Amino acid sequence: MDLIWDGVGEAFRILATGDRDVWEIALRSLLVSGSATGLALIIGILAGAALAFRRFPGRNLAVTLVNTGMGLPPVVVGLVVAILLWRSGPLGDLNLIYSPAAMVIAQTVIAAPLVTAFTVAALGSLPPRLRPQLYALGASRLQMLWLVLVEARLPLLAAIMAGFGAAVSEVGASIMVGGNLKGETRVLTTSVVQEVSRGEFAPAIALSIILLVLIFLVNLVLTSVQQHERSL
Amino acid sequence: MTAKLSLRDVAVRRGPREVLRVPELDVREGELLAVLGPNGAGKTTLVQCLALLERPAEGEVRFEGEPVAGRELALRRRMAAVFQESLLLNRSVESNVGLGLTLRGMPASERVGRVAHWLARFDVAALAKRSAKRLSGGEAQRVSLARAFALEPEVLLLDEPFSALDQPTREALIEQLADVLQETRITTVFVTHHRDEAARLADRVAVLVNGRLRQVGPTDEVFTTPADETVAAYVGVEVAAAGRVVDETDGLVVLEVGDREVEVIAHGFTAGEALLCLRAEDVVLSPSGLEVPGSARNHLQAVVRRIVTSGAEVRVELDAGFPLVASITRRSLEDMGLAVGCSVVASFKATAAHLIARGRDRIDA
Amino acid sequence: MHLPDMLRPTYRLAAGAIVALLAFSAACGDEDAMILATTTSTFDSGLLDELVPVFEDQYGLNVKIIAVGTGQALEMGRRGDADILLVHAPSAEEELVAEGFAVDRTLVMYNDFIVLGPESDPAAVGDAPDALAALQAIAGAGEGFISRGDDSGTHKLELALWDELGFDPTGESWYEESGQGMGATLQIANQRDAYTIADRGTYLALLDNLDLVIASEGDARLLNIYHVMQVNPDRFDDIRDDAAAAFVAFLVADETQAIIAGFGVAEHGQPLFVPAAGLNVDELGDP
Repeated sequence: MDLIWDGVGEAFRILATGDRDVWEIALRSLLVSGSATGLALIIGILAGAALAFRRFPGRNLAVTLVNTGMGLPPVVVGLVVAILLWRSGPLGDLNLIYSPAAMVIAQTVIAAPLVTAFTVAALGSLPPRLRPQLYALGASRLQMLWLVLVEARLPLLAAIMAGFGAAVSEVGASIMVGGNLKGETRVLTTSVVQEVSRGEFAPAIALSIILLVLIFLVNLVLTSVQQHERSL
Repeated sequence: MTAKLSLRDVAVRRGPREVLRVPELDVREGELLAVLGPNGAGKTTLVQCLALLERPAEGEVRFEGEPVAGRELALRRRMAAVFQESLLLNRSVESNVGLGLTLRGMPASERVGRVAHWLARFDVAALAKRSAKRLSGGEAQRVSLARAFALEPEVLLLDEPFSALDQPTREALIEQLADVLQETRITTVFVTHHRDEAARLADRVAVLVNGRLRQVGPTDEVFTTPADETVAAYVGVEVAAAGRVVDETDGLVVLEVGDREVEVIAHGFTAGEALLCLRAEDVVLSPSGLEVPGSARNHLQAVVRRIVTSGAEVRVELDAGFPLVASITRRSLEDMGLAVGCSVVASFKATAAHLIARGRDRIDA
Repeated sequence: MHLPDMLRPTYRLAAGAIVALLAFSAACGDEDAMILATTTSTFDSGLLDELVPVFEDQYGLNVKIIAVGTGQALEMGRRGDADILLVHAPSAEEELVAEGFAVDRTLVMYNDFIVLGPESDPAAVGDAPDALAALQAIAGAGEGFISRGDDSGTHKLELALWDELGFDPTGESWYEESGQGMGATLQIANQRDAYTIADRGTYLALLDNLDLVIASEGDARLLNIYHVMQVNPDRFDDIRDDAAAAFVAFLVADETQAIIAGFGVAEHGQPLFVPAAGLNVDELGDP
């Protein structure tokens, strides 16, 4: 238990003294996972809209795949992406292995099924005749897509929170494709693992606390937006 | 004159099933065409085609005589639709009413005036700032109507807009809509399964049953001279009984029904079997034995078999040698002291009655 | 409802965005970076955090230090996924060179392994004259032993010792394999009050967090020898061989060797590694 108190104390020390390494790591966590969530959102919206609105042969299979994707072990995703990005792999020439871009790719693959599934549910919960009504009022395809997304903004915000949560708390894939390089690809989760393996438990707990605070703050912002909309 | 909207050789399928087949239908400039029919008849599918929301599997839709292919979005922006569910967005009422204008890129300064005008026209100006999610059914439909009219469309498509509302709201809105349409004379297609709405609003009526048009014509004509039994049932004309033509002179037909003879003005019935059709409202009852005034040619002794009261209206089911239904007021019921088993005289004019050829169950294509 | 293919322009937009993204990330790819594959224990000692920046400054290169298990590091060499290998598994390294995947194998430094155990020393390892006797005592007493179990240099050395004893401990109730790095394995042994074999460097680095003490040391069999190798540029297309060659030269340079000699003294009172550039492998071991 004293380990945890040590960790809490260490966390305060870090925040008070503004340890530059830690701030850099935290910022990188935010940027990498934020970008991955953003990309996952683009994919999720397009795939989610297609799945929610169109009937096509194999649709049930596609929905099943998306739902399976939600349960994909992140470390498996990391392994596959790493194999693709290694020099010996098909995309080796892109020289993306052990870079933040590689981590963004892996985290996007992890978050995208989540965001897609949430989007399908969000758009599917809209009244079925809303889309024809909007078309009948003169909406173009793009306008209609925009309007339904805005109309479903509450559950969509939940989708973003879920996607970000999955991306920022992920560690296995991030280590494998990122390499946990100091100053380049080290993020909060990979740092925690490193500190633990070095037996440095207080810093590990401190970093964990900072990670939790980061997740909390992001969700606080998103939730306020969501609840503000709700009260309109 | 070219119709505003037309369908030619249109067929729509859902999977293997054909749900709509319309060889020809015109919607004329400035008219209100009601599409009347039971649920599942294909009315919504028809409106979807007219609104260019769905492309038929066969045939073409024409706007002002030209096929619509390739210009659907541009043409949709010259039309507007209102559906049974008001389908308002989660934002203020005025934002909803201005939606179509925003989609067309109208600047806010212009929009404000239009939105305000139409909100007022449908008596919902006070609700302008309210969230659309917090409206009653009637208020929401008014907003939906305002939203459509604000676009000042060339064609208005209404798919059962009042079916989900309670009776008083329905009646109020029908009147309000009739008023506005009277002023604006927009080409309108009004889909409903309530014949009273069609009767009140329409210039022409198209009766749609099982995906086929049974009859298209001026409202009066469809309502008084239904083309077949199905249409008759739908427009509220009772098919009284089957009979045999005994004589015909210049359109005056003598029909033997049951053990009686009735006279009907009808054309094309020189011999053979025919169905006698009457509107219950056209059958007049008088106490038995009295001298019957009026110009009706048909006076039949009848016995009351059943009395059904609904509100202020009373349906009296009679046996006049064949089944007959009369619609009278409650007052008349009391005055005549009618009861089951009473004898009465049922009268109707030769012009009020209508004949349908026996076995005519579909309009020949 | 079936609408005519409504989303096609949207999909074209999306496809365009993804292509642009790929092109952008291709441009982002770091072509000049050199990948150094080493073991977790080497990395955890912190030596590379001190040496590599010096190299990076001198040569203006970016070095990506990838710390993985010995097995993975060697495999990366086999696949050309790294430019430089710094490991400490001599027989496996020799295999790699023989197979033609590695070249320029150069001795850099050494330290030793130690047998660690609980302070109470229930197997009386402290009385054992050498490493073999130590292990025999542990096996005889049936006292807990945590093995790396992960094909690392440490693991291979441990297995070689059991082999020499002619005894196979796998399956014994007191013998456990962690399958993890040195730090994690030490933690497990620490929690369980069990024996284990570790490199001195990692032990010294984690000393403050451990209750384990040195039970046996000094046997020549326990030497932990580090070589650096270049991945054969003739075998693979994109090896940064100039940078790799420069790194090899850097490691054996006098200044670097001096840094190695002094590394860890301030913290632990003794150096974690002994520089050995230019020496003969058989000569090593004098403390």
